[in-house]
Amino acid sequence: MAAPSAVAPGRRPRRFPWHIVVFLAPAVAVYTAFMVWPLIDTLRLSLFRLDEVGQTVFGGIDNYVRLLTDDRWSPRFWNAFQNNVVFFAIHMLVQNPIGLGLALLLTQRVLRGRAVYRALIFAPTVLSVVIIGFIWKLILSPLWGIARDGLQAVGLEDLFGPWLGVPDTALITVSLISVWQWVGIPMILFSTALLSISDEILEAARVDGAGKWHTFWSIQLPLILPTVGIVAVLTFVGNFNAFDLIYSVQGALAGPAFSTDILGTFFYRTFFGFQLQLGNPIMGATVAGMMFLIILFGVCLYLFGVQRRLVRYEA
Amino acid sequence: MKLRAAVVFTVITMFLAACASGSPAPAESGGASAGAGGETVELTIESWRNDDLAVWEDTIIPAFEAANPNIKVTFSPTAPTEYNAALNSKLEGGSAGDLITCRPFDASLELFTAGHLASLNDLPGMENFGDVAKSAWITDDGADVFCVPMASVIHGFFYNADAMTEADEPTTWDQFYALLDHIKGLGTYTPLAMGTHDQWESATMGFQNIGPNYWKGEEGRQALIDGTAKFTDAPYVETWAQLAAWAPYLEDGYESVTYPDAQQLFASGQAAVYPAGSWDLAFFRENGPENLGWFGPPVVAEGDPCFISDHTDIAMGMNSATAHPDEAKTFLSWVASSEFAGLYSNALPGFFSLSDEPVTLEDPLAQEIVDMRSDCESTIRNSYQILSRGEPNLENELWAVSAGVINGAMTPEEAAQQVQEGLEAWYEPQQQ
Repeated sequence: MAAPSAVAPGRRPRRFPWHIVVFLAPAVAVYTAFMVWPLIDTLRLSLFRLDEVGQTVFGGIDNYVRLLTDDRWSPRFWNAFQNNVVFFAIHMLVQNPIGLGLALLLTQRVLRGRAVYRALIFAPTVLSVVIIGFIWKLILSPLWGIARDGLQAVGLEDLFGPWLGVPDTALITVSLISVWQWVGIPMILFSTALLSISDEILEAARVDGAGKWHTFWSIQLPLILPTVGIVAVLTFVGNFNAFDLIYSVQGALAGPAFSTDILGTFFYRTFFGFQLQLGNPIMGATVAGMMFLIILFGVCLYLFGVQRRLVRYEA
Repeated sequence: MKLRAAVVFTVITMFLAACASGSPAPAESGGASAGAGGETVELTIESWRNDDLAVWEDTIIPAFEAANPNIKVTFSPTAPTEYNAALNSKLEGGSAGDLITCRPFDASLELFTAGHLASLNDLPGMENFGDVAKSAWITDDGADVFCVPMASVIHGFFYNADAMTEADEPTTWDQFYALLDHIKGLGTYTPLAMGTHDQWESATMGFQNIGPNYWKGEEGRQALIDGTAKFTDAPYVETWAQLAAWAPYLEDGYESVTYPDAQQLFASGQAAVYPAGSWDLAFFRENGPENLGWFGPPVVAEGDPCFISDHTDIAMGMNSATAHPDEAKTFLSWVASSEFAGLYSNALPGFFSLSDEPVTLEDPLAQEIVDMRSDCESTIRNSYQILSRGEPNLENELWAVSAGVINGAMTPEEAAQQVQEGLEAWYEPQQQ
């Protein structure tokens, strides 16, 4: 209880900044109730196992050891992990470069109708995955899809195959459908970053005789590197959490022969069960825990390994 | 536990960042408007049969409501592939309907063990069902029945009668392939309409359809459960070998043809033969082909005894948490009656009542299908009772390998090996 007299004239007492608490409270409360606590509880659940009479008892990391080494679990887990890595790699190698290319094109002042293109390319990202899955299944259908007719029209009919039904091509096909859906996100992020580069720098480069190619590699790309990093992290997190597209195109069994099974679908079957397979919440939580750890590891790798070394230029 | 399940469920939805598509549909109000005294009571039926919505709303429910004016019934189906997961979540969350459509065997048994389904031992009308009919909805010790058997489905083959005549109906495998060769030679029709993309057709309409003739129905099924037979035995390998032989007769690109695709192909009159479950009858009656025929699964040699998959598929039980147990039981007793059996079997040709009460079928083809019961011995799908309780799940394995065999991705021997190893990994009687 500080006496008012102790305060120097003209200065107010330093009050606790309640307004900060008030402004933070809704977000913290909602985030904690729906994200943080459930996540912690899921991780907690994964540390328990069922004993002979069906009671949950603490088992430490038994479940994780089982998931990674037991013959009944590990082949499916590693298969899903490996497929997920391929899924991610395709997004990094196809989606993000195309997104960057589109952003470069659509920030060219000479191009007319930029807003229209941007809206069209972005449109699939706001469509329901169910619709995306349904449309692409129809397009690629060997019976009535237009993919075969399209290839026929340009004399490449021999290239057509039942891509979604063949283990060698199914994962690539589903990945490319996902790329098609999400390419709008990196495009928008890259566009924003490119537009924020000041014209003076670009003009100075032009005056110095730098061509477009040279300008891109030496000026634009270094300046948008932080965005490249963010896009990479978003892609990583999104891909290792992915589930819905595979589920809607290939079903929860992620066929053929589990060739499109990723961690999300593997988790779904384990936790909720599928057809005659009964749900197993504990092993499901363990799979979810692994997904969390993988994502945590990846994000940390980026934060500490990459982001801190990025040189930020004043654009 | 309830709270935790709800919480975990929430984390899942968030964690996957899944759109509405992935997560189970929100629950319908479970007959919440409890009426005091003589007021109308509302009952909600949970079901995976969204194809049957019209039949329930236009035929079955009005018939019941006419006799029971104080009970109002709502049929509230979920997509078949999401039903089990959605139902479990709703039951855990206390928002499931009063009446639960029961999957056969373990899925429902688990619901009963968890206390979600009420015992129906003394339900009036239960005496209309024999042991085989009740086998899918009874505890292992036979003490409690928890669902009223509604119908079974039978496997075999539909054919387009414009593409072949009744005289062509094959009884042996040699005749079957001769027929397919003949049709292939004509070039007008796809000989066999089936896809392997969704995987379950390969196992259900393929393996479980033609297999009973090889493993001699119940005898073989029980032998697997006892551990005296193995999937690597000749009957199973031969069944997969037959499936592998189907590939040349299937439509181009069958690897990515889905179940609805194959249905459409046959319905539009472009295919000759369709490996089927009898439930497809309703769809084909509505969408074509105009002239439809049926033959049962072929046998190896003329005169061999025949076995059919007459699978106990669907039943109805009562949510033990219902606010209106008496009304729900009234409804279930009616489901057990011959009136319901007649209504249901005729409204949904291809689903055959399991009731002992005689039912006359108006659809001649449905009658022809169910008449196979008198010529052949009935069995159920071999993966459903007990054998799908462990990990890896036998049913899922059968889907994957049966599709793999037809796709040519694995040999019948490899398929048998994989399935047997999976079963031996956890099922003790198979480990000796």
